[in-house]
Amino acid sequence: MREITYRQALNEALAEELERDPNVFLMGEEVAEYHGAYKVSQGLLERFGPRRIIDTPISENGFAGLGIGAAMVGLRPIIEFMTFSLSLVAFDQVVNNAPNMFLMSGGQFNVPITFRGPNGPAHQLAATHSHATENFYASVPGLKVCAPATPSDAKGLLKTAVRDDNPVLVLEAELLYSSKGMVEPPDEELLIPLGKADVKREGTDVSIICYAQTVPLALKVAAQLEEENISAEIVDLRSIKPLDEQTVFDSVAKTHRVVIVEQDHPFCGVGAEICYRIQKNIFDALDAQILRVSQEDVPMPYNERLEKAVLPNADKLVTAVKQVCYA
Amino acid sequence: MQPGEQRDEVEMLSLMLLIRRFEERASQQYQAQKIGGFCHLYIGQEAVVTGALAAVRDDDYVITAYRDHAYALARGTSADACMAELFGKETGCSRGLGGSMHFFDRKNHMYGGHAIVGAHVPLAVGMAFAIKYRGEDRVTLCFFGDGAINQGSFHEALNLAALYKLPIVFICENNLFAMGTSVKRSTSLKQIVDRAEGYDIPGEIVDGMNFREVRDKVAEIVDSIRKEAHPAFLEVRTYRYRGHSMSDPASYRTKQELEKYRLDDPITRLRAQLTREGKLTNEQFDMLDKRAKETVLAAVKFAEKSPEMPVEQVYDYVYFNGAKE
Repeated sequence: MREITYRQALNEALAEELERDPNVFLMGEEVAEYHGAYKVSQGLLERFGPRRIIDTPISENGFAGLGIGAAMVGLRPIIEFMTFSLSLVAFDQVVNNAPNMFLMSGGQFNVPITFRGPNGPAHQLAATHSHATENFYASVPGLKVCAPATPSDAKGLLKTAVRDDNPVLVLEAELLYSSKGMVEPPDEELLIPLGKADVKREGTDVSIICYAQTVPLALKVAAQLEEENISAEIVDLRSIKPLDEQTVFDSVAKTHRVVIVEQDHPFCGVGAEICYRIQKNIFDALDAQILRVSQEDVPMPYNERLEKAVLPNADKLVTAVKQVCYA
Repeated sequence: MQPGEQRDEVEMLSLMLLIRRFEERASQQYQAQKIGGFCHLYIGQEAVVTGALAAVRDDDYVITAYRDHAYALARGTSADACMAELFGKETGCSRGLGGSMHFFDRKNHMYGGHAIVGAHVPLAVGMAFAIKYRGEDRVTLCFFGDGAINQGSFHEALNLAALYKLPIVFICENNLFAMGTSVKRSTSLKQIVDRAEGYDIPGEIVDGMNFREVRDKVAEIVDSIRKEAHPAFLEVRTYRYRGHSMSDPASYRTKQELEKYRLDDPITRLRAQLTREGKLTNEQFDMLDKRAKETVLAAVKFAEKSPEMPVEQVYDYVYFNGAKE
């Protein structure tokens, strides 16, 4: 094991999959000569050449569709969105073409494509560039959606996504690109299955369900709560769809109390689905209402103080945990 | 079938007849409520698909929009599988899961059947990208209507194809109307082919009511692309006799206009050419037509008695997890 950044982990995943399978190519805005807007594709052009690391014009709908067409005839494209906020320009391709093709063709055409890029609010990018898109995409049958929080998960999930025979969205955490974590050495194959949550911290009093940028937040809050004698279990979903509900249920069966902290909006957000599943399946295990901490239901303001106010934060999470713990 | 020049013209006339009779029968079955959803007929445009496909190889990629029955038939999908698809049956070319607008046939290199106007043009570019990526000498034929040329996806796709020098022919079937909106009311150009110029893609116009003209022009373009990959654009001027879909009485155009095109019918024209050249007798023509009608009637029977997919099986078509159909 060695410590690398989330960005390096993604870069390794890309390089390893490009190396392994000649049908894999990386395409997107600024991925080649600029090395990626967030430098995730650093060095790949030099290593794999312009045939496989391909810059595009600013045409998200166009190159997303190009990827889908190439996947229909057997290539395995990795399409980078400079941010998932920009994927909304390609919504028709991602939602109406990629996931529908397999059923609509009676099973003749699957679409082995990976869409990846940063997702979720970052610092003061304002309303157009702060979208957390996981709940939009997870609601579409035929898509798979994951949102890793650590370098190891980022690498393992991206590699799995590239090998999947269906369209997979890897929603990278924009604020975590420079965060560090321990990752297996490059000569050991690191594959993390889609649909497998990870308990990032064991606890007994409350389950905090989180993913992506809310994982470090939840871990910080858990440490703080420990000092107040509240033992929080941190369940990192890692995959939004497929969803590992069993790991969630197992945790709730142990703690009997739940707070879901998510980076998307509250209305029809990821937490709403999890909340529904918990009450439906293990209602009797609950000792308190389930609370959710999410972005608030407003377009993202630019002003830093206002932005912080509408995002999930430690204070909101602590308050929610204490409420469900009647503390 | 063999490449371009070697395809027998009588056989292609027979294919045009099959398409026409299929569409007529589909119209009737739609009215009898055997077919659901939307249903867009190709009648009048038969020379376009038959001409273009007579000029390419069987392993070239073909992709089109929602007026797609004729493409599957021309690619070699059986009338049985086409009619069964319209009936929503499991024996359909998309197992009854796609319907009229989503015909697919992987084996015959028919890549759909796409119903969001313009959204399949980037897919076509991706297929052409794959050809070049693998160093193959195939060509992608991407068909769309005059309505598609004002969609953003169309423009992005043409730019990408030109930028990456991909082996693709963009074939615009200009039938003068996008649903009920005439080209004059939708497009700020004197002629559609000028769209290509904006992307430095060579463009040409061809008479879509003339099988031979379409075939020869596509053959010439495809030949050039096989020598050195590049995109090309072809505006094919044609006409649909029926409304946009089954629910459209086409009141936005005059009877006189329709009659003018009917007099220039692509089937009549090719028949006359072949007869004049002594390659076809009236008896032979009648026999071909009779055979087309019989094939289509048999297809209706096949579709009627075919089973529907059991409900529990539909869940197997959400994600691909194993062996391909």
